[in-house]
Amino acid sequence: MSLRTSRPARAGQYAALLCYLVFLAFPFLWLISTAFKPAPELGSLHPTWIPENPTLDNFRQAFDEQPLLRAAGNSLIAALSAGVIAVVIATPMAYVMARHRSRLSTAATGWVVVSQAFPFVLLIIPLFLVLKYLHLINSLWGLIMVYVVWSLPFALWMLVGYVRAVPPELEEAAAVDGADRLRILVSVTAPLLAPGIVATALFAFITAWNEFFFALVLLKTPEKQTLPVVLTHFLGAEGASDLGPLAAAAFLATLPSLVLFAVIQRRITGGMLAGAVKS
Amino acid sequence: MRALVRTAAAAATALALLLTGCGGGGDGRADGKIRIRFQSLAWQKESVDINKQLVKEWNASHPDVEVQYVQGSWDSVHDQLLTSFEGDEAPDVIHDASDDLADFAYGGYLADLRTLLPDRLTADIPPQSWQTATFDGGVYGVPFLQEPRVLIANTKILKASGVRIPTAERPWSWPEFRQVTKKLTGKGRYGIAWPLKEPVSVTLNLGLSAGGELFHRGADGKVTLAMGEGDQVVPGTIHDQVNTDHSAARTALGMGGGDTLPGLFGGKYAMVPLGFSYRQQVVEQAPKGFEWTVLPAPAGSEGLAQGVSPQTLSVAEDSPHKKEAVAFIDFLLRPANMVRLAKGDWMLPTGTAALADPSLHTAERGWATGAALATALRSAPAQSVRGYPEWKDKVATPALQEYYSGAIDADELRKRLMEDGNRVLARYQR
Repeated sequence: MSLRTSRPARAGQYAALLCYLVFLAFPFLWLISTAFKPAPELGSLHPTWIPENPTLDNFRQAFDEQPLLRAAGNSLIAALSAGVIAVVIATPMAYVMARHRSRLSTAATGWVVVSQAFPFVLLIIPLFLVLKYLHLINSLWGLIMVYVVWSLPFALWMLVGYVRAVPPELEEAAAVDGADRLRILVSVTAPLLAPGIVATALFAFITAWNEFFFALVLLKTPEKQTLPVVLTHFLGAEGASDLGPLAAAAFLATLPSLVLFAVIQRRITGGMLAGAVKS
Repeated sequence: MRALVRTAAAAATALALLLTGCGGGGDGRADGKIRIRFQSLAWQKESVDINKQLVKEWNASHPDVEVQYVQGSWDSVHDQLLTSFEGDEAPDVIHDASDDLADFAYGGYLADLRTLLPDRLTADIPPQSWQTATFDGGVYGVPFLQEPRVLIANTKILKASGVRIPTAERPWSWPEFRQVTKKLTGKGRYGIAWPLKEPVSVTLNLGLSAGGELFHRGADGKVTLAMGEGDQVVPGTIHDQVNTDHSAARTALGMGGGDTLPGLFGGKYAMVPLGFSYRQQVVEQAPKGFEWTVLPAPAGSEGLAQGVSPQTLSVAEDSPHKKEAVAFIDFLLRPANMVRLAKGDWMLPTGTAALADPSLHTAERGWATGAALATALRSAPAQSVRGYPEWKDKVATPALQEYYSGAIDADELRKRLMEDGNRVLARYQR
């Protein structure tokens, strides 16, 4: 059976893909455009894609009004820590769940799925009380703990899939060649799991980087606040907003995720398993 | 085995030390100083600067009571406060709006300030303002800033049309207002744009001017919904402007206040009804040469009356330093300071002494028009009604949106607001 498609069909596919990309990129491109527009252009009845008089005033004002760098630093600490800790905990758990199927692992998988259905509001007050008991209110470590707990079920879910994609025959072959259990895990399984681990860490990072409500509730002092919380300081009552500086700050807030994606994109989509097993 | 236990204990200790080191709970200093947290919702730069400056001035003059400024946000204040109250971590001094206080007041989270407030402050703020923060006989916040809804108009279009320019002394009546918007409508231009993304508060608050009450409290204290003639005036006018006269832009019905400004600047709308504080956005965003003016909202049988939900300062019931917290509020709301706060937020102070400040009576940027409306401001009709948020979201918002767009008529609106509404309220008043 041939997988080749005709030229018109391929052109149609590319056109559809382009439309989808434009659709996805629209909010971001508009955000960039807004960030560089002076105030009168923001209030124009006929807005333009390219600012007529581009300005950096919105960025200056955003930095002047709010401690964006400090907030970005806090977000970075929280998100990086959450990403790393989540994969460190989830990887061995996922391995066990994927390789040793039992009633317990089935039940654990079910619980992971169910846990995703809990709404924030149901969790926040018990979580708040637990963290208060641990003296971790207004602490980045408290927030990191919450982020790890919050992202762990999905991270586990993702990693189980990646582990199952690693053929057990490879591990068996390594064992036949004399490698012990640890050697097999470190030298055979771990490298093949690397794209999955990176993708999972990225998921946990982005979840934590964008998270707003837990950070709002758990962090009290301005010195500890994260970027999403600080961004709301550009919003007033009844939907009023300081649009220019808000767009500038929001644009800056999206950059780390974009850069991270750009850097590790290949590792996620690398197809490292290609040709690993003879069929 | 013993080694394993030792290692685990060491790891646990290290983790505990690490967590303690990173924790922020409590300042741990035993210098006898009282520390109170003031959560402010100020968001515009001028306003934030003034609030911080006032905190600085307080701290400089009160070495025994240190106030810490904490930035909150309007967007999420209710959920954030609710969680803080539940976790006994609420700030001592809380900035909010009076229409958000009812749940917290009835829930016992806020301190009743009646015995704590100094006479000066009590006397300075008029009774109708105190009414906005009074629930079940207790006072749970100090109302300090408020804003009427005004008409921001394109001066050139207004003058060219030859219509009578209204003043606070001689405002337009609702029927005259409808005639005026027809006159202001021309090719490619609407007389008015009603930004009614959230139609309920606008309708109810402006409805007071025509004697609209909608919520009626019986002798037993229970509230029922009844729609009289006065309640029809404002929704009827808006409906007719959109659907009969075509003098109001249909597309604006789904907009927020700020969304209508480009249309105002571009001459698409001659007027927009907005909160008084929107003047700041007009000043910032209007193109060079744009001439604008502030007009009072139309008046009805009750004159210029309209409902407002002032910004408030409250004290947490669990605060161990209520006396100091109220002293700080009193400092913050001294007449001169209240004027600074009002100017920073482009709003009106509630305090009589502050409102008399000459700087708030200049014609420039419409300050005088706003100040002239201050005495006509009343407590928003529904803010102390339990079940109001649910009625607003589930019944009134969709019903009014459909009515304004012409999808349902006045009878259907009345039926929905009253019949469905009373069922909702009844659940809260059993």
